[in-house]
Formats: sequence, structure tokens, C-alpha cells
Amino acid sequence: MIGQMLAEAWHAMGANRLRAFLTMLGMMIGVAAVIMMLAIGQGAQFMVDQSIASMGSNLFIVLSGSSTAGGVRLGTGAAPTLTSADAEAIADLPSIAAVAPVAPGGAQVVAGAANWATMVTGTTPGYLDVRDWSIQSGFAFTDADVRSQTRVALLGQTVAKNLFGDEDPVGKTIRIKSSPFTVIGVLAPKGQSLNGQDQDDTVLIPVTTAQRKVFGSQFPGSVRFIMAQATSAAAMPAAESEMAELLRQRHHLPDRADNDFDIRNLTALANAAAETARVMSIMLGAIASVSLLVGGIGIMNIMLVSVTERTREIGIRIAIGARQRDILTQFLLEAIMISLIGCIVGVVLGVAAAVAANLLASVAVVITGAAVILAFGVAAAVGVFFGFYPANKAARLKPIEALRYQ
Amino acid sequence: MADEPLIRIEHLYKEYETDAGPVPVLADVNLIVQRSEFLAIMGPSGSGKSTFMNVVGCLDLPTSGKYFLDGRDVGTLDADQLAHLRNTVIGFVFQGFNLLPRASVTDNVALPLVYAGIGREARSRRAVELLAKVGLAPFADYAPGRISGGQQQRVAIARAMVGNPQIILADEPTGNLDMKTSYEIMDLFTQLNADGITIVLVTHEPDIATYAKRLVRFVDGRITHDGAVSAPAIAGAGA
Repeated sequence: MIGQMLAEAWHAMGANRLRAFLTMLGMMIGVAAVIMMLAIGQGAQFMVDQSIASMGSNLFIVLSGSSTAGGVRLGTGAAPTLTSADAEAIADLPSIAAVAPVAPGGAQVVAGAANWATMVTGTTPGYLDVRDWSIQSGFAFTDADVRSQTRVALLGQTVAKNLFGDEDPVGKTIRIKSSPFTVIGVLAPKGQSLNGQDQDDTVLIPVTTAQRKVFGSQFPGSVRFIMAQATSAAAMPAAESEMAELLRQRHHLPDRADNDFDIRNLTALANAAAETARVMSIMLGAIASVSLLVGGIGIMNIMLVSVTERTREIGIRIAIGARQRDILTQFLLEAIMISLIGCIVGVVLGVAAAVAANLLASVAVVITGAAVILAFGVAAAVGVFFGFYPANKAARLKPIEALRYQ
Repeated sequence: MADEPLIRIEHLYKEYETDAGPVPVLADVNLIVQRSEFLAIMGPSGSGKSTFMNVVGCLDLPTSGKYFLDGRDVGTLDADQLAHLRNTVIGFVFQGFNLLPRASVTDNVALPLVYAGIGREARSRRAVELLAKVGLAPFADYAPGRISGGQQQRVAIARAMVGNPQIILADEPTGNLDMKTSYEIMDLFTQLNADGITIVLVTHEPDIATYAKRLVRFVDGRITHDGAVSAPAIAGAGA
């Protein structure tokens, strides 16, 4: 019987092709919009997640605090209060997994005929652990290099490409601010940071070399900031207070004095960004869902018209022995069929539109099976929900009145 | 149940609710129809004959009184059971043919069998068989709109017959047909009656009524004549 009813539903749709198509169009647009919006939302989320992963996890950044000179309070980092020794002390805290002091500076880097302005970062081997960064070729410098202020450099991908092209830079010599450095390794690519900076546009050298031989330092061992990685996400609050206590002690700050440093929780920032992306994703989906709702109302509208038009047919069917549930099933199947066909085409359109957005406008998209199934399920539910009222209306028609209907 | 009449109606009343209060349509109708009878129902407009047919056809329920169809008390049945009765015991033939315009002639004839839960193959076999019986075998795949009124009414009769009903209820079956075609349709009914099927026919045409063996006349919701098909009875004498 269901087979016969499906055939009849197909027939009824075929009898009014334009109307069926326009009704389906509502569903198509709705489903396509949901799929596309979810794809874009999830794409944005994916980008943020990737940036967070590239930054390193459970990360703190400790900045030098402000200093007051004659009543003028200078901004954060104005007073060079942090040193490499601070970093070493932080490394000994139980809640800290890895630490890296950072003494950065801009410099023109020269290799043969090529030159490139980049950021030279003086740091320790811990930097690679903190940033979760690996070496693509060659080796990283060691603590021994830091102790003996060796002139060795690790090149970021962008720098390597600009100075050496396709050549392997390992073993070559570069000049940073006219002092020669041996390239001992190339860093793996890391891509953009959260704020859009090219993280591969950098050269890493031992922090002591940077302080003494390249940039000089305001007082012995001073660094711009210290990056520290907690052992786990759960250990982050403990790590923050332990670091604060340690640094106050080391800097001999009296109880009433403000911190002369600033500890920032980068993971919290990143999580906020991820949360923003997630909310955006949900909002896009919710807005798109409204069009599904509108599509559903379109189905209900057309089914009501169809029931009215076919009142006499319904009367005939009841007279020759159709039960209420037969009539109900017939009209419900018709609504579901319109909704499902619209949905299938909508999925195809939505995926195509998302792929097109990716190719033509370089919008990051992520199409998940879950999103497709969700859109599909909602559309089917919309068909049943909005098809039920008209179908029920048809099933409850009084046979004599239906037969008398002209 | 062999001695139980096909239709037994006792003190049947039917009223319609209107804004001005209940309007009586049928009042104290008593009727017994045996199997294989051929009954014509006549009466002026508004005499309640159509309402009576709706009640007999289980499309409408009486306000009070008893109606037994094939031994079953119709007043005690639920909607699905009534649908089953319409599907298996009764066949309907209407004045306006009432075929589904989008379905083929064969599918129209087979439609009641869909609701009886019979498979596709068996349905078409039975439908084709009945189309042959009413002389429309060559038109099996036609749409109803492409055949004549008389042919459409034959399709409707084939549809009424498809479930092997015991009774055919025909409401003005010749009302939309010319005289010659009307007689052909009545010949078909006569033949079905000869095969043992009970026929109840509503008409206002005297020459159509003469095909029946028994005449029931309604006036103002009451039966005023129940008996032989005679010229004065057809003319409404004694009403």
C-alpha cells in the first residue's frame, strides 16, 4: 500500500510541476543556506583552532612592567625588569613545563646577494617546546650554545625562502647586523598567528648572543618578555600565582608595591577567540534555520491548497473505503516527498556553494557529515511537522460534504 | 445469518443541526431490503432520499433508530469499521461519475482494492477483468477525461463492482447521460442484479424507475409508497 501511495504522491506532484518546484525551492534554499552557513562557521572555527594550536598550548607571556619616571607612567614593557635569570628561576617551578626568555629585535639579514628585513628572536632551546615548534632540517641550538654565545641561527620558512630560495640554507652563513651567523637549522612552517602575523618570518638565535653581540641590552641579561608553558590547563592558575610570587621575591618588591611585570594568559585569549567563532557558527546556523522554517510554512501552505483543491477526490476515496489514516498517510507522504527532494537538492546546492565560496573567495569552509545529517533531519522533520496539519485536515473531512464539494 | 435481510432499518430518524435548531430530514423510516432486490427510490427534491442513501451507504450516521447492514449494527461501528464496510459490502455509483481525473481507467477501477490491501498485480488483474465485463477493455490505459460520459459511468460501475460488494448504491446514475446511454447503463445494472447483486437506485426519471422491481417513494422524509413499480406509484399518486 505504501508503494502505491508513494506512486500517487509522485503523480500528484507531477500534476502541478511548477507549484511543486516552487515549494521545493523554499526547502532547497533553506537547506542550502544551513549547510553553507554551518560550513563557513565551522571553517572560521577551524582557522581559530589551528591558530591556537600553532601558538602553543597552556601558554603565559610575562612582560616587563611599567615604570614611573618623574610622575610619567610609561607603558608595559618600558622598564626592562625581566632577565634570563628570571626565566631560569621560573623553569624550576613545579607547575611550569617549559620556559623561554625572548629578546627580539628587527634586523636586516643578509645572505650573499640577498637580504631581508625580519624579526630576530634571541631565546633559548625552550622556545621550541613552548611554541610547540619543530625543526624541519638541521638541528636546534642547545643550552651550550646559549652559554657560550655562539653565532648560530635557526631560520623561519619565510626567511629561508627569501634568502636562499629553493637551496638548503643549513651550513650557510648569514649576516645579522653585519655579524656572521651559521645557519644550523630551518624551522617547520607555522602559518599565521591569531592577529594575522606571519610567524615564519623570523630568525631564532641564542638569547645571550642577541643580548651581547647583536642588540645589546639595557642591563645584563635583560629580556623583553618570557614565555612559559604550564604543565597542564588545570595547572594554569597555580602556575600564574607561583610565577607572580617568585618574580616579586626575585625583584625584591615590598608588599605594597605594584608588580613590575605583567603575566598574561594567552590561552584565555585564544579560548575567547574560539568561543567567539563558535558563537558565530551557531548564529549563522540559527539564522539559516529561519529559512528552513519559512520553507516549511511554504509546504504547509501548498498542502492546504492541495487539500482544498482535492476535497472531492478525498470524498471519493473515503466513499470507496479509505480509512482516515490512509488519507493522512497519503498527504503526509506528499509533503515529506516535496520536503525530501527539496532537501537533497538543497544539500547538493549548499555543498556546491560552500566549495565555490572556498575556491572563488578563499573563505575557509568545513563541511561535516554531521552538518549535512542535521540539515537533512531538520528538513524531514519540517516536512512531517508542516505536512501533518493539512494531512490531518484532509483525513477529517466529512465524506458527504467532501463529495458535494465542487 | 442467511435469513437476515441485507438491509434492516427500524424507526430511523435523521436531523441536521442548523442555527435555527434541528431540522428533521428523515422521520420514522422503516425498510427491509432482501438480498438480490432491485430497488428504485423516488421523491421530490428535499424529500430526504439523498440523505437516506448517505445513511444506507454508511457515509452518514442516523440521529436515532437502528440500521443493520448485512447483520451488523452500523450505529455501533467506529470510523475504520465503517470504511471497511464501504470497501467490502457496498459499491457506489454517483451521478457525476466521480472518477479520479489523473489516474488511468484501470487505476480508477482498482482503487478500492488499494484500501483493501491487495497487491498491485492482483489489483490490475481484477480491474482488467471488470473492464472487460463492462465492455471497456480497449480503454484500460485511457485517462477518464478522454472517454465519453457513458463510458465513464461504466468505469464507475466497474469500480463499484471490483470489491465483490453485496449491494450497489446508485445516486441518479443516469442524471448526466442521454437517453440511449442511460438505457445501456440500466441494462448493465439489470445484468448485475441478475447475477445476484442488490441494487438501490435513486432517480427522478420514470422510465429509469421501471427497470427496478420495487419502488420506494419518499415525501417529506417519510416513506409514502413501498411496493410494486406501477404507473400511479411512479407518478406519485396517493402521496
